[in-house]
Amino acid sequence: MKHKTFFWFFLPTALAMFLFIALPLTSIVSQSLHTPHDQVLIVVESCDPFGCKSETTIDHQASQKINEEKPQGKWVGFQIYTDRNHLAFKEVGEFWESKTSFIDFVSSLNDLPFYRAMGFTLTYTFVVTPLVILFGFIIAIAVNSLHRHLKGFMVFFSLLPMIVTPLVGSLILFWMIDARGIIGSGLQELFADPTLSLKASTGLTWITLIVYGVWHSAPFAFIVFYAGLQTVPQETIEAAMIDGATRFQQTIHVIVPHLSPLVAFVALIQLMDNFRVFEPIVGFSASAHATSLSWIIWNDIGQEIRLLSSAATTSVLTIIGVIILLMPVLIRTWREFNPEK
Amino acid sequence: MFLRKIATVVALTTLASSAWAGCGISEGRVSIVGNEFPAIQTIGAGAMECAGGGVTVETNLTADHQKINLPGMTGNPAEFTSAIVANSSIVALMNNDVIRPLNDLVAKHGQGLQKSQLVTIDGNIMGIAFMANAQHLTYRSDVLKDLGIPVPSTYEEMLAAAKKIANYNLMQYPIGGAYAAGWNLAEEFVNMYMGYGGEFFKPGTAEIAVNNQHGVDSLNMMKALSEYMNPDFLTHDSNATSAEWKAGNVALMNMWGSRIGALKGDEVDAAVVAATATAGPMTVGGGTTAASTLWWDGFTVAKNISDTDAEATFMAMMHAIRPAMLNETTSPQAVWLIDGYEPTPAAAGVFAAAAMGTKPYPMLPYAGLMHSAAGAELVDFMQGKETAEQALAGLEAAYTTAATEKGYL
Repeated sequence: MKHKTFFWFFLPTALAMFLFIALPLTSIVSQSLHTPHDQVLIVVESCDPFGCKSETTIDHQASQKINEEKPQGKWVGFQIYTDRNHLAFKEVGEFWESKTSFIDFVSSLNDLPFYRAMGFTLTYTFVVTPLVILFGFIIAIAVNSLHRHLKGFMVFFSLLPMIVTPLVGSLILFWMIDARGIIGSGLQELFADPTLSLKASTGLTWITLIVYGVWHSAPFAFIVFYAGLQTVPQETIEAAMIDGATRFQQTIHVIVPHLSPLVAFVALIQLMDNFRVFEPIVGFSASAHATSLSWIIWNDIGQEIRLLSSAATTSVLTIIGVIILLMPVLIRTWREFNPEK
Repeated sequence: MFLRKIATVVALTTLASSAWAGCGISEGRVSIVGNEFPAIQTIGAGAMECAGGGVTVETNLTADHQKINLPGMTGNPAEFTSAIVANSSIVALMNNDVIRPLNDLVAKHGQGLQKSQLVTIDGNIMGIAFMANAQHLTYRSDVLKDLGIPVPSTYEEMLAAAKKIANYNLMQYPIGGAYAAGWNLAEEFVNMYMGYGGEFFKPGTAEIAVNNQHGVDSLNMMKALSEYMNPDFLTHDSNATSAEWKAGNVALMNMWGSRIGALKGDEVDAAVVAATATAGPMTVGGGTTAASTLWWDGFTVAKNISDTDAEATFMAMMHAIRPAMLNETTSPQAVWLIDGYEPTPAAAGVFAAAAMGTKPYPMLPYAGLMHSAAGAELVDFMQGKETAEQALAGLEAAYTTAATEKGYL
């Protein structure tokens, strides 16, 4: 494609990306470096159905004046980034000084919201991503070997978990795994433990969320690999068969190498998606056991307290996290497409 | 839960509706956001009666109202012309200066109001309260009678009663509690801490002070109660706890007055309905202050709307809370602060709470930050992963960080 043709072809996308991604990002970064001004508080007489008393409230006239002078808020630099509810440099330093062992240090990090969220987010990302690739591949191989009359139906059936809205899917499962729900009481029967509850223990909650994540995302990997399987050259397969390769050997030595660029693609998308895990935590009411960076952002702005600077900071940290995660995959892809001459 | 029934009713302008003439509004836009429990549904339906002619009325009643009311009132013109709020949630709207003083509208159209209904801050009427609410004891009279247990008046008695019920194998988990991580768990902590006589902040400042003996006692009591609750208690909000009650699984719980009527719904087993009884809130630790908080629910009018819309909104809401709206269906739904309201048996708990001198939920600008921090920081203690002191220190640190960011410290 000529450079000029490419430019005009790409222009609408670039414009949309600039308007809806780049500009909001600048605003988020700026927000994360500012906080609201110091509140001007006054004590006034306040009355309600339960009587009158002196109550502290915000002096709006005084606050408005300050806000009009400096509408951006108070410049605080990286103060929000380093405070206790984010990277918590001071607290982490103290934990490191007073640690009795490395395990003790790691477990004390669990008290800090950011590291607590990272603990679950990273576990989730690094368990779900490989499992999604593995199961997606197995399903793709299995469906591909079916009789052609069955294929269409099975493709549709296998895609169902992805079609269900995440929040709805997790809510349905939430009720099914309840101690009084069909899966929950089934498991109690199976393990002969009437007190077994998937919602009450952190470990089981994590497993539930991970199983849900694999269930929900495997169809995505499946459909990508299934498309890839249609392009496997028959000559190579036949050559392998003549050489006496078993079906398993054909899969490992012919099909897997052929699909490896797709594995990189699926890994890229899944790392990004899983790092932003959010809906299942809300759907499963799991915030007592598992939080994620996205959940922290939602919790900061989803309530009446509206900690905008805090939410902006967590957003920037999420973006940095995604970039770090994707770096190895991106570097590898770049090398593949730019072989050294 | 998160996706609860969202009742969004849009009334399109229809000419010559017989009802709107009764509201006396000629033109304007009314858009109401609020919670979704039965009493608020009644208010929303009442305001809808004013639709017609040049008047449009919309209501958006949802459990997530606190997440959307502030964003929906910040714009100019505001999407919502009125938010139905409680004493905690009006603070967020006042903090952000999105609701208007109602003094002129009250003078013009508020003849039927009683003085106690006016929520006044520094002489400005910021809201009109129409109902009162409180959490109080709800118990199964049949279960307590069978075992000869007197109705608990303290949390210690509640524990003893639960132990007895569990020992007799009547119920596996006799206590119900809305202890879901987040707002609900924090609310129960606030209740308990007030019952022990604690103060949340150092007097006259926004500095938090909960890491003390009262705080430790409160947490230990909550932990002791949770031993008799369904092990999934950290996922149970008021809806889930009500469902446990309706299913006959629990015999004792601290529940909102506004939800008692719904516990006696048609779908519930007749034996459970007949035995559902209420009493006042309990005290704790030998204290005399109830371990509960008093709440009012009322309406506000947005600042960033035209005076015409504000007047229409005020008049539509006044129509919704007119004394004539009280009847056999609506009276048991709440403790109405409306003139001519006769208490029903369902209101006994809230009246007992008021009579005991239960304290109102604090209307401080930074109380919400404390509540939010508590909802996230106390869960590890409830799961036995932290000591009470560690959890309270975490709560204080999380609050202090957030309050510093917001400019209160």
